[in-house]
Amino acid sequence: MRYSALRLIKESLTGHKGWQPQWRDPAPQAAYDYVIIGGGGHGLATAYYLARQFGGQRIAVLEKGWIGGGNVGRNTTIIRSNYMLDGNEPFYEFSMKLWEGLEQELNYNAMVSQRGILNLVHTDAQRDAARRRGNAMILNGSDAELLDTGGVRAMYPFLNFKDARFPIKGGLLHRRGGTVRHDAVAWGYARGADMRGVDIIQNCEVTGFHIEGSTCLGVETTRGFIGAKKVGVSVAGSSSRVMAMAGMRLPIESHVLQAFVSEGLKPFIPGVITYGAGHFYCSQSDKGGLVFGGDLDMYNSYAQRGNLPVVEDVVESGMSLIPALGRARLLRGWGGIMDMSMDGSPFIDKTHIEGLYFNGGWCYGGFKATPAAGYCFAHLLKTDRPHETATAYRLDRFLTGHMIDEKGQGAQPNLH
Amino acid sequence: MIINHPLLGPRDAQEFTYLGDASLMNRPDWQAEGAAKAFHDYLYLRDNPAGEHRELWFHEQGDRSWLVVTRNTVTHEILRVELARDVALAEPALEAAQ
Ligand SMILES: Cc1cc2nc3c(=O)[nH]c(=O)nc-3n(C[C@H](O)[C@H](O)[C@H](O)COP(=O)(O)OP(=O)(O)OC[C@H]3O[C@@H](n4cnc5c(N)ncnc54)[C@H](O)[C@@H]3O)c2cc1C
Repeated sequence: MRYSALRLIKESLTGHKGWQPQWRDPAPQAAYDYVIIGGGGHGLATAYYLARQFGGQRIAVLEKGWIGGGNVGRNTTIIRSNYMLDGNEPFYEFSMKLWEGLEQELNYNAMVSQRGILNLVHTDAQRDAARRRGNAMILNGSDAELLDTGGVRAMYPFLNFKDARFPIKGGLLHRRGGTVRHDAVAWGYARGADMRGVDIIQNCEVTGFHIEGSTCLGVETTRGFIGAKKVGVSVAGSSSRVMAMAGMRLPIESHVLQAFVSEGLKPFIPGVITYGAGHFYCSQSDKGGLVFGGDLDMYNSYAQRGNLPVVEDVVESGMSLIPALGRARLLRGWGGIMDMSMDGSPFIDKTHIEGLYFNGGWCYGGFKATPAAGYCFAHLLKTDRPHETATAYRLDRFLTGHMIDEKGQGAQPNLH
Repeated sequence: MIINHPLLGPRDAQEFTYLGDASLMNRPDWQAEGAAKAFHDYLYLRDNPAGEHRELWFHEQGDRSWLVVTRNTVTHEILRVELARDVALAEPALEAAQ
């Protein structure tokens, strides 16, 4: 069913009785060509591009709960193409270009809003680093503008310019960055994939791999064995648990990241602001709530909730940047489990097991990557070769010395 | 979370910084054959279990001791706290005894 204004008018005149479910609820078949594990943004996008772009057939997405119940429905919805390193920026720029055409392509309103992201700087060294990163972005076809204090003040006069412990010295503005309605991304890809014959199978947890010799022949699930020529794993925070079933240890730790929403307010913050002197970032949703977050809780966790010290820390940072925040009441807070990699960058790669492929290690940046990660993972699954923008995302890069460490933090996943 | 420090009693986890899996105490032998691979595994690969996890915490804002905390990563419940020093000293003794 195609969505259009005409259709909406027709349905409103006939009591909205003609709408149909956006995807089927099929029973699993005995075997598929491609089985994707994980019905998050990445898994659904992978299935969609496999079917649409690469002519893949007999595809299933297996989701242990309901689609969109993982991190794709828990993130703070920021998309951006503002990385510095070669292995990363072409990939994120590719993702941004896919976002720019996504709604037309999917015929789905994902509320892609390129409202601009401003990374504040507070020291000379930060300004230098921002300039360098901005240049790297521009070289890769992205956009960046360096603002001075006056430029920032003109955009966001309510920031603390008066008595800040770390005065705002400027900011790097990435105008094409912004926010996207997160669940709509999962639903849009699910609908698009389903329309192209992909079976989306919910309440179907993968409990093991069927590996003979060094070849993966399918997966054991709570709904029985499902055979597959190729299996793609895309389970975000559960990466280590799932790959352990194939006997693999990953360069990944799972950590909890919290986020918060305030009560609805009148339009106040038009874009996305990130603090350079504390862990805090903020935007305002179209419903009016201030959406903000900060740091990880810092210890390994599989609990989809965090602890109070981080709430306090995030709110303190927020108050020091936007004093007016103190007047707003907090409505909700929640946590999601991040697959934090050892260098802060992801993996889209084959494993040493024939027919088993892995996409993960997205840390807190995987939402913005959803279209390109799906596209590149589908490319890998179909052709057995990495997409040209994802050649650096190898699982063995720590062995070969090709880490992609944007922050230069080393193998300490909670600092990336 | 409250960490029951073996010397100081219950302390707020806020006083500590977190390093990670306690296997980081067992540094490979750099002269052994295959040391490069062993160091790769030591530095970069993790079990990352959902459930019991032995991990290193540093009492940065306290007595600056390293602790090995056994904690459930699903419930955040702390099951056991030991001085890392004791663990490090006990392990070779254990190996020797075997
Ligand atoms: C609080 C928070 C804020 C964030 N903010 C941003 C942001 O602003 N910008 C950004 O780019 N990124 C952000 N992220 C990161 C981003 O959300 C993730 O990197 C991304 O969503 C991960 O990919 P996914 O959508 O496929 O994951 P998920 O939606 O988590 O999908 C994985 C799926 O796998 C399923 N699964 C797990 N195990 C099994 C199994 N055994 N069998 C079957 N299915 C299984 C899970 O149920 C889940 O649905 C944020 C994350 C959090 C938690």
